[in-house]
Amino acid sequence: MSVVTLTVNGQDVAVPAGASLLEATRAAEAGVPTLCHLEGLSPVAACRLCLVEVEGSGKLLTACSTQAAEGMVVHTHTPRLREYRRMTVELFFAEGNHVCAVCVANTHCELQDMAVTVGMDHSRFPYQYPQRSVDASHPQFSLDHNRCILCTRCVRVCDEIEGAHVWDIGSRGGQCHIVAGLDEPWGQVQACTSCGKCVEVCPTGALFRNTDTTAEKQPNTTLPALLRTAREQHRWHNQ
Amino acid sequence: MTRTVIIDPVTRIEGHAKITLHLDEAGHLTDTRFHVVEYRGFEKFCEGRPFTEMAGITARICGICPVSHLLAAAKTGDKLLALSIPPAADKLRRLLNLAQLTQSHALSFFHLSSPDFLLGWESDPAKRNVFGLMAADPDLARAGIRLRQFGQQILELLGGRRIHSAWAVPGGVRHPLSQEAKDWILDRLPEARATVTLALELYKKLLDGPLEKEQRIFGDFPSLFMGLVTPQGLWEHIEGGIRFRDATGAIIADQLSEDDYADFLGEAVEPWSYLKFPYYKPLGYPEGIYRVGPLARLNVCDSIGTPWADRELIELRQRSGHPATSSFAYHHARLVEIVACLEAIEALVRDPDLMHGRIRLRASLNRNEAVGVSEAPRGTLFHHYRVDDDGLLTGVNLIIATGQNNLAMNRTAHQIAREYIPDPVPAGAEIPEAMLNRVEAGIRCFDPCLSCSTHAAGQMPLLLQLLAADGTVLAERLRG
Repeated sequence: MSVVTLTVNGQDVAVPAGASLLEATRAAEAGVPTLCHLEGLSPVAACRLCLVEVEGSGKLLTACSTQAAEGMVVHTHTPRLREYRRMTVELFFAEGNHVCAVCVANTHCELQDMAVTVGMDHSRFPYQYPQRSVDASHPQFSLDHNRCILCTRCVRVCDEIEGAHVWDIGSRGGQCHIVAGLDEPWGQVQACTSCGKCVEVCPTGALFRNTDTTAEKQPNTTLPALLRTAREQHRWHNQ
Repeated sequence: MTRTVIIDPVTRIEGHAKITLHLDEAGHLTDTRFHVVEYRGFEKFCEGRPFTEMAGITARICGICPVSHLLAAAKTGDKLLALSIPPAADKLRRLLNLAQLTQSHALSFFHLSSPDFLLGWESDPAKRNVFGLMAADPDLARAGIRLRQFGQQILELLGGRRIHSAWAVPGGVRHPLSQEAKDWILDRLPEARATVTLALELYKKLLDGPLEKEQRIFGDFPSLFMGLVTPQGLWEHIEGGIRFRDATGAIIADQLSEDDYADFLGEAVEPWSYLKFPYYKPLGYPEGIYRVGPLARLNVCDSIGTPWADRELIELRQRSGHPATSSFAYHHARLVEIVACLEAIEALVRDPDLMHGRIRLRASLNRNEAVGVSEAPRGTLFHHYRVDDDGLLTGVNLIIATGQNNLAMNRTAHQIAREYIPDPVPAGAEIPEAMLNRVEAGIRCFDPCLSCSTHAAGQMPLLLQLLAADGTVLAERLRG
């Protein structure tokens, strides 16, 4: 197996050829934050939290979707990156309706944890208070668009792991939102197998079980990697 | 020229309010109004949310009695799911409400009201508070604070936190009571009993002496009383039916269901207050004035059903009548209810059912409309939800205890003002602070929680204004 060697924050690291910059930063234990990224799912670089500086590159690069290359010199925690990351999280809070105190995901929310990680104690941007709805048409699960950060984990896990492709992104710009089926009520989408993987991987309280009440959501974000590995290594009895 | 005295903000209550005293051209008092000047709009912004969130959301209405909203919301949720919760869950919820009544009544009596009784109406307002009480009688203040802590600690042992727990949910409760928690409660009960014994002895002495006049002046008028009672007519705080008793002692309605509240309760609105004016519909507005809360609960029930509390109830009735019509008796009623709570807590904690069996049931939505009720420390609390077929709220109505005492609080303030404000008020006269404090104290008898009743935020300062007939402010006194 060929490897590439590069420098992350002054530390030399070697990763397999084809590995992402995010894997390289993890090899260096650099602690680059992520929200949309999830082991077992393809990278989409939606959240922009994993931005890093690479010497010689005129722009910031998303570590999750950039392939590590020989001789790269990477910086993960410059003052500019810290500021941008905090700003990104502030914008997440400002553009949705996130009320942690009564949220099903309170204390188990990756967005909430990320706010702590990046040192956000308030948003410097005006809250938009968008008018968004809740889709509770599914008999077991609900989707609260107020809490969605458009990470697309649900879209990817449903497509790549479950193979049902219930979810997509609809509309454009600030009107972007997750849609079920052909923008139908979730409960009417026949493709949905009610497996609940989308609920397990959602980083916030946007997708939850109908019986969950405040702070009761217990996500299982290791599920995609577990299933993918099991499939690749033929761990099922019938394979 | 007519004038109005305004007390704004009213202090040592939970919320934001002012009182205005309206004088006619000759300086005679014509009207006293208790204005609630805050608004939050919970009923509106909850629309569109899943009903399962209501326990968590409505508990945030108040930091003093979040449990009341939690229980009313959970009970309404039970009815939307059309299930009966398991016995252990029912008893755990009861324990939670008893602890809540204990801590809230201790707060009202020791922290908010006793400085008036023990330090005197004319004492320095800067020291007439719980800190002044600590300086004057540190043992009593400490005992009162620890009694409240006892109640608060039970809330934490059950719900994981003292305020804004989301422990009660549609279908039951989230966690059982641990053996360690049970042992802690039993260990601290004797101290709690001793504190309430001390408070009762002290208070009865005051009733026989310095507070003798207040019993007659502070809101003594005929009205209806409303509260929950068991099917046997005993004191109740979470289940049972609604009973109305009138000032003559006659039961005019009994075992009413909360589902039918709109048939017997109306909600009037006045342009000068955000707080609605509920009334008993068959008698109309404002003749249908009724009171809720500790005094009303003790007035409507036949007895409490536990020995010590029943002895105290008999003494309260001997002193204040049955029904007791003086709003000042709310203070005594609070102490009697603490006794009832402590006895009930002990019985529940020793009940083997509390520790065994299921505590939570799960079900799908089975109804589109439900009304839940619980007895909050300040009185009967109704939550009424309408939901669509997906369980999203399409309508919310919350009828809060303090709102139901609104007419009575206005009448109490007027009665006290008439007694203590000079008649007529000379032109240019200053209103003595002690008189204004008595008007405030009249409101404080009801331990109003305006944060709940308007579902509103804010501190609780007091503003009193003296207004001329044309609305000009002639005198103003502000305390924060």
